Amino acid sequence: MKRTLLAVALAASFAAVPAYAANEITIGMTVSRTGALNVDSTTQLRGAELWRDQVNARGGIKVGGKRYKVKFVEYDDQSQGSRVQQLYTRLILQDKAEFLFSPYSSGLSATAAVISEQYGRVMLVSGGAEEKIFQLGNKHLFQCITSAGHYLSGAIAELKEHDPHAKVAFVYSDDPFSKAVVTAAKKQAEEAGMTVAMDESYPPSTTDFTAIINKVISSGADAFLGGGHYADGATLARQMHDQKADLKWVSILVAPDSEKFKTLADAAVGITVPSQWEPQVRYKPQFGPTVAQFTKEFHAKFKEDPDYHAASGYVGGLLLEHAIEEAKSVDPEKVAAKLNAMDVTTFFGPNKFATDASDHGLQVEHPMVLAQWQKKGGELVKEMVWPDAAATAKVQYPLH
Amino acid sequence: MIGLLASLLDGVLIGAVYGLAAMGITLIWGVMDVVNLTHGSLIVAGMFAVYALAGAAGLPVYATLPIVLVGAFLAGLALYWISVHRVIGQPPLMSLLSTFSVNLVLVGLGTAIWSTDLFNVPASLPGFSLGRYTFPGTHLMAAALTAVIAGVLYLFLYRTRIGKAVRAVSGNREAAELVGIPTSQVLALAFGLGAALAGVAGMLIATMFPFTVLSGDAYQLKSFVVTVLGGLGNPTGALLAGVALGLVEGLTTPFVPVSWTLVIEFVLFVLVLIALPGGLVQLWPRRRD
Repeated sequence: MKRTLLAVALAASFAAVPAYAANEITIGMTVSRTGALNVDSTTQLRGAELWRDQVNARGGIKVGGKRYKVKFVEYDDQSQGSRVQQLYTRLILQDKAEFLFSPYSSGLSATAAVISEQYGRVMLVSGGAEEKIFQLGNKHLFQCITSAGHYLSGAIAELKEHDPHAKVAFVYSDDPFSKAVVTAAKKQAEEAGMTVAMDESYPPSTTDFTAIINKVISSGADAFLGGGHYADGATLARQMHDQKADLKWVSILVAPDSEKFKTLADAAVGITVPSQWEPQVRYKPQFGPTVAQFTKEFHAKFKEDPDYHAASGYVGGLLLEHAIEEAKSVDPEKVAAKLNAMDVTTFFGPNKFATDASDHGLQVEHPMVLAQWQKKGGELVKEMVWPDAAATAKVQYPLH
Repeated sequence: MIGLLASLLDGVLIGAVYGLAAMGITLIWGVMDVVNLTHGSLIVAGMFAVYALAGAAGLPVYATLPIVLVGAFLAGLALYWISVHRVIGQPPLMSLLSTFSVNLVLVGLGTAIWSTDLFNVPASLPGFSLGRYTFPGTHLMAAALTAVIAGVLYLFLYRTRIGKAVRAVSGNREAAELVGIPTSQVLALAFGLGAALAGVAGMLIATMFPFTVLSGDAYQLKSFVVTVLGGLGNPTGALLAGVALGLVEGLTTPFVPVSWTLVIEFVLFVLVLIALPGGLVQLWPRRRD
């Protein structure tokens, strides 16, 4: 009698679980809380968390007549691909995540994409710019940010206006993202009439760039384009300053966009960075917060201004929410169909995904901007300098 | 041509600091046959110490050197009594495991406190320019201080009684004990010295490059390579081997893509070991006194 009662109670408790989960959507992701990618990964997560908190404050995502609250399940991938592989499998099979956000960085996103496609889960990619991720035949990947090939087009266009025959040194981290950016940028530079003075990659774990910078100086380059992620980009900027490399134009990927870059003080002045989004952009959203609202709310919650990683983390959630609301369902196929049809503008800018099987999910509308650190009244400020229509300040050229 | 010279000179400057880091390992290894795998953590501790002292407490950067030296020495003493004392005389694997586990604890603690954020010590000194190439003042200062510290260590080991005791224990522990030298204390002192060298190396590296909690591993690896190149237990050898390694880096970088530098370094390392198993130090007659 007692055993039967116990069995019934257990069965009832299991039956109770789905009822609890029915009003909740679980979104899974990994975050690089440790390792070389942790600075930008944390910022990306913060953007996503802000979205989640705001959605839940409104009662949850509207799915037909019901409201579903959003729950995140996230793990630390330690900036390592092997962890990403294990953890995304766990998120799907054990944590029963219905939707996924990508990790940060093209390398890790590519690994996560293999798993998410295996299980047919929709994944919003806010942290992977490399085109190759989307060219391996996928059905459920959606890239929210501009792809790698477009990153340096703005820097090259701006440089061309000042020095069409500039000698450019490409020095970049040996990782999928940076290599994709530079391969495209080199072609664009040569088409613009510039000379490639140097083209070298360095191991991502490099901490000392003294010798490389001496090589850049030896090459007679006028401009420097490259870098990788935060740690190496920041070190490059600092050492170029220490060694008085005195280049006329420097564009470094990713690193200078972070607020932390300010800590380099004088070494940061004049450095430009290709950016997915800045607080000074003037997009008018069709839904979701305005640029000013997002910036203010992020600042209120995290006590610092958002950079483009935060914005991309937020927009991943925002676009998913919009698709679910349009589909009136959380069925992955219906949501994917709505994402495929999407052609919208939010505070982040225009977003439209490629639907052809050859590059499904690739972002085809979202444009880049170019930001530059300038000294205004003794303070370091990040201004938008390209495209001209969106510029908030005149570009500083040469840098010194 | 000047580019090559600049590269070589800079290689020497940075190599000197690698040598300083290696001196810490080689001293401990030579004196007590212990492979100190907490070396990387001690380097990182030196980096954080100068960051905290120069940043938060506002001390001038190079004034922190004596503080870091003494602090690291005391940390070394503590580490000795905690993890090394019991495994002296045991097979080397024991001390390796012991120091390795302490290292994991330290790195774990560090990551929990500071995560893997990048830290930067704002040290700048007027550099020295040769044509279009500038040698940052921080590199010059680091190399100069390394030379001073190496000189002081040499004087200590060869001109003081305690130094003699250290050399005696490293030569033959039992014999040293027989003549009344308190070997445990001497070993602790030697470990403390090795730790102090690691800490100061970390401090100097932090004035040149940004660092994270995980930076210690890379420098520890280089330290081991330099230690073996210089001959185990020979601090002078370590310093010179460090400079030699820096020279190799400086020589290769202008001519080959940067990603090949490590490969070339290690190929040369293997070649040197095959030809001179005792390290580069075999090339000149060893002092015996």
